[in-house]
Amino acid sequence: MTETSGSVTACLPIHSDMDLAWVRQHVRQTAAQLGFGLVEQTKLVTAASELARNTLVHGGGGQVESTALTSGISRGLRLTFRDEGPGITDIQRALSDGYTSGGGLGLGLGGARRLVHEFSIDSRPDEGTAVTVICWVGGAPHPRQEGR
Amino acid sequence: MADHEAAGERNSSAQEVGEFLRRRREQIAQRWADETLFRTVFTMSRDEAVEACRAVVEALAAVAVADQVDNLGAAGFIAVRDQLGRMVASRTRTGAGSTQIADEVAALRTPVAELLRSELEGSPSGRTEECSVTLTALMGTLRLVVLETALNAGQELIDRQRLQLLEVATPVIKLWDGVVAVPLIGTLDSARSQVVMESLLDAVVSQQARFAILDITGVPTVDSLVAQHLMKTVAAARLMGAECIVSGIRPAIAQTIVHLGIDLGSVITRASLADALAYALHEQGSVVVDRNRTGTSAR
Ligand SMILES: Nc1ncnc2c1ncn2[C@@H]1O[C@H](COP(=O)(O)OP(=O)(O)OP(=O)(O)O)[C@@H](O)[C@H]1O
Ligand SMILES: [Mg+2]
Repeated sequence: MTETSGSVTACLPIHSDMDLAWVRQHVRQTAAQLGFGLVEQTKLVTAASELARNTLVHGGGGQVESTALTSGISRGLRLTFRDEGPGITDIQRALSDGYTSGGGLGLGLGGARRLVHEFSIDSRPDEGTAVTVICWVGGAPHPRQEGR
Repeated sequence: MADHEAAGERNSSAQEVGEFLRRRREQIAQRWADETLFRTVFTMSRDEAVEACRAVVEALAAVAVADQVDNLGAAGFIAVRDQLGRMVASRTRTGAGSTQIADEVAALRTPVAELLRSELEGSPSGRTEECSVTLTALMGTLRLVVLETALNAGQELIDRQRLQLLEVATPVIKLWDGVVAVPLIGTLDSARSQVVMESLLDAVVSQQARFAILDITGVPTVDSLVAQHLMKTVAAARLMGAECIVSGIRPAIAQTIVHLGIDLGSVITRASLADALAYALHEQGSVVVDRNRTGTSAR
């Protein structure tokens, strides 16, 4: 299997609506620089917007780390959203469309998963949540590794 | 002062400087009125400049007499804060940056220092030294007070612009009898979408509109929150008796919405604002005739 290497490009705070706008802006710019097409950029920015808002609204604020990846000739972008909030007790339920603990549509988490190539959640009750997504320029270089 | 004499103390240098400022207020004001800071703000009349200078000298004197030369929050400054704020705003409008304004304030020190030196001629040299150090400290504090005012003014400007943007960015346009439209631009956060919804509903009522078009060509990201705002607006317009059409959904956004799982099935959507208008006109039975095509044109 091809080795994947990366370099952290930025770490941005998520504590306000203004920060969400910065996160979207940063992801759009970084994705464009890495050579993502318009549709892929839009998908990644939208997924980032959902996850960053979850970090802010449900996680009580946190940060996102973005890493440019290289795997063979493929280039990609990894985003990790971290908070130290209440955590997600039932991840399957949280991922299901229409489930919301607030007044949302309940589409953010499941929708974000469908918009990216790789998706994983690491969450512990009372300790916090880390959601990591990866998108590859021109599609996933390897078959999906996540369980469905 | 009597107390001091009774205590066997001589006046502190701060008090001495304060009394000097009061005594020489008129002369200092006359000199300052010709300095850049006052001259460029009060372009209409020199008397106004002198008046403003007097107020600042008086404030500095009060601060010095109260022995507060290093205190940004000294009561003496309160009286001139508004005036300084207006002066800073006026300098800023003509393009001066905060560093330049600070330099202009610093330039006020020289004429006062000269006056002070000539007045203290003959006093023990230690005393002269002390007073001039105190004056320097006092003028430094004034400079900080002005800078602080400039910073606050900047923040106020940002707040005001943000508010203006909220309103300016959501004009409701009458496209036709019974058809209104809002071209949405930028981020549709909760505050903005509230404003959009209200102004759209207002327009629906005042224009007796049957159709309201929300054009999202200028919205870069449509996520679940933006979609929720759009759907709420559509539902509210419906309650007011108007049908909403969402136009300007670009291909990349259309694909993203589908992947997100947002169901816009109950919302009428059109690719462009023109298509949305055509739909509305057709629905309400308005007929637009293209004279070139129907052949009735003289050409
Ligand atoms: N970082 C997080 N920390 C804690 N709980 C979370 C976090 N992210 C998501 N959740 C939980 O998962 C649920 C589903 O998230 P999802 O983003 O799908 O929906 P939502 O945020 O409620 O609504 P929206 O459709 O507007 O995003 C949330 O209601 C919340 O209970
Ligand atoms: Mg969400």
